[in-house]
Amino acid sequence: MSHADLTMEGHSAGLTSGSPFAIPTKKLAMWLFIIADTMTFAACLVAYLFLRNGTANWPTPFKFSPSIVNVMLMTFILISSSLTMLMGLRNAQAGNKAAAFRWILITAAAGAVFALLHLREWMGMIGEGVTLFHNPWGSGLFGAAFFSVTGLHLLHVTSGVIALLAVGVRYQGGRYNADDIEILGLYWHFVDIVWMFVVPLIYLLNIAR
Amino acid sequence: MNTAEKQSGGLGKDIIIYLCLLGMAGLQIVLAYTGSAGEGLFARLLVVAAVQALVAVLFFMHLSSERRSLVVFIAVFTLFVLATMQYGWTDSFRMINGAPFAH
Repeated sequence: MSHADLTMEGHSAGLTSGSPFAIPTKKLAMWLFIIADTMTFAACLVAYLFLRNGTANWPTPFKFSPSIVNVMLMTFILISSSLTMLMGLRNAQAGNKAAAFRWILITAAAGAVFALLHLREWMGMIGEGVTLFHNPWGSGLFGAAFFSVTGLHLLHVTSGVIALLAVGVRYQGGRYNADDIEILGLYWHFVDIVWMFVVPLIYLLNIAR
Repeated sequence: MNTAEKQSGGLGKDIIIYLCLLGMAGLQIVLAYTGSAGEGLFARLLVVAAVQALVAVLFFMHLSSERRSLVVFIAVFTLFVLATMQYGWTDSFRMINGAPFAH
């Protein structure tokens, strides 16, 4: 082996050996994705708040029933699904494969119910005449802001449900392990956290008084 | 020691965190209906949401069990970019007051 080869090997070993922050590379990638996605949601919410603050006739259409009651139910389901995800993770880490898979399926089912409730909320809004650029109450920008922010979140929930099913099945089949469940759990909790900001900023600031 | 080994407290701790998150979600509803609308309500709701998010990140996502360097990296990076998004508020207030663009 030449001196040049030794130097190259030394360099590559220095660059690739060890894992940054002492976590698996896949987990670091998920954290970086979550940071990037935080920026996406933050940009959408800041843009929405900018418009809401700068528009005199911003609509406040959300009545306690059905909208806020629906939102409370959705919040309960999503936060509960974070707990079921943790149950799945703890069972996976304990090597209890069947129970872990069962909890992952329960989490996916909760996500699916959340998405259906969200679609029901959308149908109600559309039924009242809200479109992307028109509504019966005030600024036409309300529909664009509402559907884009909640739609982006709904897209994440739907993607999460698909990911839960895909990872769950592969975990059950022995191709994935508890680390993969933990990494998917990070994503699912992140979706939950985003909803914690969507509810007060989109719904509770715009309740009908 | 990896993260899984350091995640102490078990299911009991998870359930306490879960109940805290539900409680804070309920608190947001109460705040929205008991206080008057406006900047005060916005600030209160945002503070509760931030505390909820912090609790979920630290305990559900187990960031509190990770190496300190990762926590610092995520916190500094995220908070810096979130802070830089706040530059446009003066223009939003200009819009609501109908003031002309600056020349």
